[in-house]
Amino acid sequence: MTVLTHDPIVSATRRPLNRLLRSVPGVIGLALMMIILGLSIMNWLGLTPYDPIAQDAPARLQSPSGGHPFGTDQFGRDVFSRVAAGLANSLLIAAVAVFFATVLGTLAGLVGGYFRGVPDLATGGVANVLFAFPPLLLALTLASVLDRNWFTVAIAIAVVYVPIFYRVSRGPVLSLREREFVQAAVSTGQNPWVTMFLHVLPNITALIIVQVALSLSWAVLTEAALSFLGLGTPPPAASLGSMIFEAKNIVVVAPWTLLAPGAMVVVLVAALNLLGDGLTDALDVGGKE
Amino acid sequence: MTESRPRLLRSPVLGRLLTAVATLCGVALLVFIMLRAIPGDRITATLGTEAAALSPAQRAALEAYYGLDQPLVLQFLNWLGQLITGNLGISSRAQVSVVQLTAGALPVTLELAVIAILIALVVGIPIGMAAATRRNGILDGAGQVFALLWLSVPAFLLASVLLTYTARLWGFNPNGQPYAVPWLNPGLNLQQMLLPAITLGLGIAAPIIRTTRTAVIEIGGLDFIRTARAKGVSEARLRARHVLRNALVPVTTMTGLQFGYLLGGAVVVEQIFSLPGVGRQVLLGIQQKDYAVVQSTVLVIALCFVLVNLLTDLAYRVIDPRVRQA
Repeated sequence: MTVLTHDPIVSATRRPLNRLLRSVPGVIGLALMMIILGLSIMNWLGLTPYDPIAQDAPARLQSPSGGHPFGTDQFGRDVFSRVAAGLANSLLIAAVAVFFATVLGTLAGLVGGYFRGVPDLATGGVANVLFAFPPLLLALTLASVLDRNWFTVAIAIAVVYVPIFYRVSRGPVLSLREREFVQAAVSTGQNPWVTMFLHVLPNITALIIVQVALSLSWAVLTEAALSFLGLGTPPPAASLGSMIFEAKNIVVVAPWTLLAPGAMVVVLVAALNLLGDGLTDALDVGGKE
Repeated sequence: MTESRPRLLRSPVLGRLLTAVATLCGVALLVFIMLRAIPGDRITATLGTEAAALSPAQRAALEAYYGLDQPLVLQFLNWLGQLITGNLGISSRAQVSVVQLTAGALPVTLELAVIAILIALVVGIPIGMAAATRRNGILDGAGQVFALLWLSVPAFLLASVLLTYTARLWGFNPNGQPYAVPWLNPGLNLQQMLLPAITLGLGIAAPIIRTTRTAVIEIGGLDFIRTARAKGVSEARLRARHVLRNALVPVTTMTGLQFGYLLGGAVVVEQIFSLPGVGRQVLLGIQQKDYAVVQSTVLVIALCFVLVNLLTDLAYRVIDPRVRQA
């Protein structure tokens, strides 16, 4: 009976979700992400208790209390509201960066792996060049030559992660291309681009999804490091990295100014890593290394 | 001699070398394009706002002097030619050649990277092995939590906390003093390297723990281990001589791959701990708009990275004979 009601399309979408909800890292990661998204949405809707950039000199460096759950910083700004804004900012930049990296990298991997020959050499060469830079260094140099706003920071980070998506997709495409169902489509004279997107791409989506979760965690770390070095989101907008930089010198008198943004970066990155682990199990992708 | 050439051409080692050379040319091109994309040029970078006061003739003379009047392709080839002959340009701030600056900075970063790798191996391999032998035990769980934690703690956060609290609690602040050259004051030099190396080392310990654990579990299940155990080889000897030795292959590769992280992480850590390495040199160049320094230093770092990856790849072939035949 179960066999008769078995709907392949439903099972393909529902089963991984069930499995994600059964894996311990997946559930912890999802729960933490819910909290983080909640805080970000609070910021976007303007529901945080204070304006994250409004200064209030008399209320400088207050320790955590009912009115300011995470205390205030050296300008009297509410740390809780700033952390929510910083999280929202980190998520936005990381999401935009990983979106561009995913689209460009996967496309390059598909083209290189599917057509081989010259397209493969060209995309592979570009990927090798991008891989020749330590990731943070490339993002840093790019961010320094571009105009500084949140979008250019996202683009600088995206460039760094394009070759990762290229490598992740190209290998499987090379072997998928030789499989019977792809060869069958080729032999019917189907347009190669149609074959590529219709038959090859769906078979690497699981890999890509896992890579997206892991890349988001790296992108958050990169954005935070850039902001810490003064090359990320320009002030006075709140960013977790620049908050930690500013807190560094007053941490002894006001430890909460460092603790709150520091803990948030760690929780956000850990949540994305856990989600990536959970997705790896749920989607049956196999070894991560 | 002539007969060995076709074989050499087919060798994967030569292929890797050629790819590395091609990659480096691409790297040079990318760095060139990136720094030409900056608003303004060498003249405004050197003279600042005073550049606006130049007469058209003065400007043209300066453009000719810097070669800015030539087509971009020629400018690139000129620059590449200069690089190959060892001229990395002059720092407009410090008024010394970038080669001199880099020759002073590179050993600092390399020393930091080597100490960090040693710390990572000393911490990572035993934890990884312990986690693998007692699978799903407390140690395994603790090891995995530790690994996840260190994957999630940014280097700059750990560095800031270490720097502030060691100074505060124990009065330990060697990085407050000017940088000590290792051959003049090795004691102070090592003290200055300690906290930055711990920061970077713990950062790369996490992937080393993961790799060691996976490799030890995988190798422990292979037939030759069972055979050795059946022959009566003691567990300790089995672990040290049979399992660990084979597990070192993936661990070596992972360590080589982490070198890039070290060079990138060095920017942050050198900045926080005031170490005059190449990472800090790039950052200073960016802050002071000293683009000859940025351009050449980024290129030198990428060169190191490509070389280390190449060496890792070749070392892999030496350690594991199976790869050589493949």
